[in-house]
Amino acid sequence: MNGLFGHVDQNNEHSTEHENHHDNDSEQHDTHLESQQADTQADESEGKRYSVGIDLGTTHCVLSYVELNDDDDDVIQHVMAIPQLTSPGMVDDKKQLPSFLYLAHEAEIAEGSTTLPWTATPDHLVGDIARNLGSKTPIRLVSSAKSWLCHAGVDCKEPILPSEAPEEVERISPFEATKAYLQHMKQAWDNSHPHAPLEQQDLIITVPASFDPAARELTAEAANAIGLNQALLLEEPQSALYSWIDNSLGDWRNHVNVGDVILVIDVGGGTTDLSLIAVTEQEGNLELTRIAVGDHILLGGDNMDLALAYTVKAKMEQESGNRLEAWQIQALTHACRDAKEKIFNDSEADNVVLVVPSRGSSLIGGSLRTELTRDEVNQVLVEGFLPEVAASERPVSRPRSGLRTKGLPYAQDAGITRHLAGFLAKQQSAIEDLEHVDLPENASFLHPTAVLLNGGVLKSGVLADRLLKVLNSWLVSEQAPEARLLEGADLDLAVAKGAAYYGMVRQGKGVRIKGGTAASYYVGVESAMPAVPGMPPEVEALCIAPFGMEEGTEAALPDDEFGLVIGEPVRFRFFASNTRREDAVGMRLDYWTDDELQELDEIEITLPEEGRRAGEVVPVHLTAAVTEVGTLELHAVSQQDEHRWKIEFDVRAGEE
Amino acid sequence: MVLNIVYFKFKIMNNYSIDLSSMPTTFDLWHVSLLAVVLVLALILIIVLLTMVIGMARRAKQVPVEVVKTVEVPSEPEIKVVEKIVEVEKIVQAPAPEPIVLKESTPDAALQLLGLLQKEARFIDFIKEDVSAYGDADIGIAARVVHEGCNKAINEYFTLETVRTDQEGSKVTLAKGFNASEVRLTGNIVGKAPFTGTLIHKGWKVSNIRLPKLTEGHDASIVAAAEVEL
Repeated sequence: MNGLFGHVDQNNEHSTEHENHHDNDSEQHDTHLESQQADTQADESEGKRYSVGIDLGTTHCVLSYVELNDDDDDVIQHVMAIPQLTSPGMVDDKKQLPSFLYLAHEAEIAEGSTTLPWTATPDHLVGDIARNLGSKTPIRLVSSAKSWLCHAGVDCKEPILPSEAPEEVERISPFEATKAYLQHMKQAWDNSHPHAPLEQQDLIITVPASFDPAARELTAEAANAIGLNQALLLEEPQSALYSWIDNSLGDWRNHVNVGDVILVIDVGGGTTDLSLIAVTEQEGNLELTRIAVGDHILLGGDNMDLALAYTVKAKMEQESGNRLEAWQIQALTHACRDAKEKIFNDSEADNVVLVVPSRGSSLIGGSLRTELTRDEVNQVLVEGFLPEVAASERPVSRPRSGLRTKGLPYAQDAGITRHLAGFLAKQQSAIEDLEHVDLPENASFLHPTAVLLNGGVLKSGVLADRLLKVLNSWLVSEQAPEARLLEGADLDLAVAKGAAYYGMVRQGKGVRIKGGTAASYYVGVESAMPAVPGMPPEVEALCIAPFGMEEGTEAALPDDEFGLVIGEPVRFRFFASNTRREDAVGMRLDYWTDDELQELDEIEITLPEEGRRAGEVVPVHLTAAVTEVGTLELHAVSQQDEHRWKIEFDVRAGEE
Repeated sequence: MVLNIVYFKFKIMNNYSIDLSSMPTTFDLWHVSLLAVVLVLALILIIVLLTMVIGMARRAKQVPVEVVKTVEVPSEPEIKVVEKIVEVEKIVQAPAPEPIVLKESTPDAALQLLGLLQKEARFIDFIKEDVSAYGDADIGIAARVVHEGCNKAINEYFTLETVRTDQEGSKVTLAKGFNASEVRLTGNIVGKAPFTGTLIHKGWKVSNIRLPKLTEGHDASIVAAAEVEL
């Protein structure tokens, strides 16, 4: 009998979801039960619409949704439990889908042991199973695909991952991996909402605010490739703020004032993302404007666990005299992660015993034991990652050694506070144009008045307190009031929840954060100077898209013309600046500092022959538009007949 | 009598003709025995025919039964389930005294739990090891692994609550009609409810189970696969 009921239960897709509701919204229990009933009806009657938010994280993906045609003001947020393989033959529902992909060897997996609720043979192993298998076989594990998308100098559609894999392993591209994660979530959704397929819902996918245009384009393209053409992009820190607004149940207006500058600090598993959002007033209504975003910093919680593991490893090797093997370091990293949380969450626990179990079946005797003390954790994590520095300090960057293997450009300075100091100083002029926000004359950096934290790392009170303490020490030293913490954020799931909420905001239910593009864009043109023998021609930067372009708008045509030869590829150097706010289209810069303009990958234009003669020269303007999706589009526009050609970003040729 | 038979033979042999109009005028022994033989043969014929008809009828009944069986063979596990249901239904219909049915637990869930405990906590490794060969310090180190892992696994797959929220060692009163499977009485059990006694153990109750699902081809009896590093 039991078996029979189990069987029936599996076919009832709603059951798992309802359990999940219980987990999430325990405080809204009453409304919650009603919604369950509504949900059941919803799947019976077709045409229910949802706003779905996907947090496509570096280490985890989360899918959240709200019902759109709910007339009540009470928005009920759900986080969908995503069915995934946890080990061969076992399927479990988890709120987070680890962003890992495992390229299994054909002899490794028994037949029929990779069945998912929607397919017997998935194309790729993603999620928990990938992370688990990959921890023992790292050469077949694809991780941090997202960071590769934003890595200049590689073609993200080339099969390059895992980068450390031997020749024989068939690699896949970062783009393909991103597609696989999205595909898994799409199928999980379609499986549990058979009458409301994901491609018919409003869909928001979040990206780091620091993603460059090419990385955004690739993310949108990955969604398109699996039939999710309606997907829109939203910056993660903005999404975290939306989630905070949603959590406050309308009370957020009492927690922020006109003139506030909210600093969003998002320290995730793999990246640190910084944004500034100003609170202004328009006709008596509060308005939010995202005024600045930071650089792409590859530094996060995983670095912290690794740092702890290496500290403990050094200690153990010194004590025992034996070198630890790779699998032992792996186990140690695991143990350190748990121990760190124990020490941070329990003020009594001053040291935690770490055990590295043996790999064989003999557990007793073969295991290594050591201790992790509070002092070590403080020393390595708090002092190492959040050092108490002055506001004038900047992240240290030393020139990369020439022999660097082709990997991700991880941040060289682990001091998050130094990155923060650099960001605030760089963005000092970000509020100049805003009416209600003022900065004292003597300020050496932009003074935030409120802080919103996000990301699993900052769940630890010790780290969050230190971050605030350092920031406030800078503010106090410039006689500015201390920044206050915006409470009530859900640090793990906020980004996905905020994205789903944004879908409602787009329908006019709630305040919308304005912002537009977080950078101005330039192409490199040779300056009209007489050639000097032995010197490369000087390059000028021509602005083709100003700062803060809103979605669905197009920049004016610049005056400059380029003669493009039909059928021949032409390459331009491409730059972005997240500080030069006042440059208008057509502006030429003949000098800039490395800090001001970052060089992105080159862009390439090839005019197709389409009714013209090869070799013909067509005069064109280069112009930029921001699509509704949130990606930047470059066009070459012919002056003669208004003909437009799209310019592709993804020509990363791998030249460094 | 002998004369008569001799006469008959003689008559046939002599005349070589059969007189169909001549009738025996008396019932002699010859004719009586002839009649008996005819009756016996007829009886045998009837019996043979009857057995044939019954046999065919039986075979006709058996054929459809066999067809059903062959159809059900491919999905073996489901047959078992269906058979179990039929049994239960019969019991309900029978007015006779109810037969005792003991629930048989499914081995899959038990194997799965063993597998999970082994994976998270090295449970089987620990239990299967000879503890007497090691000192307390070594066992303590291993026990941490087992404790931490079991704790993680149990918390992840089960929601546990205490049956009684009172402090252990405190006086509790059980009203009439209390749930005897939740609270077990021990010691000096006399008199009638309400009972008052000391709470020795607060009890544990699983309020929710979330075991991972298993794929069709998964062999749950392998609670830990052998590992070969290349």
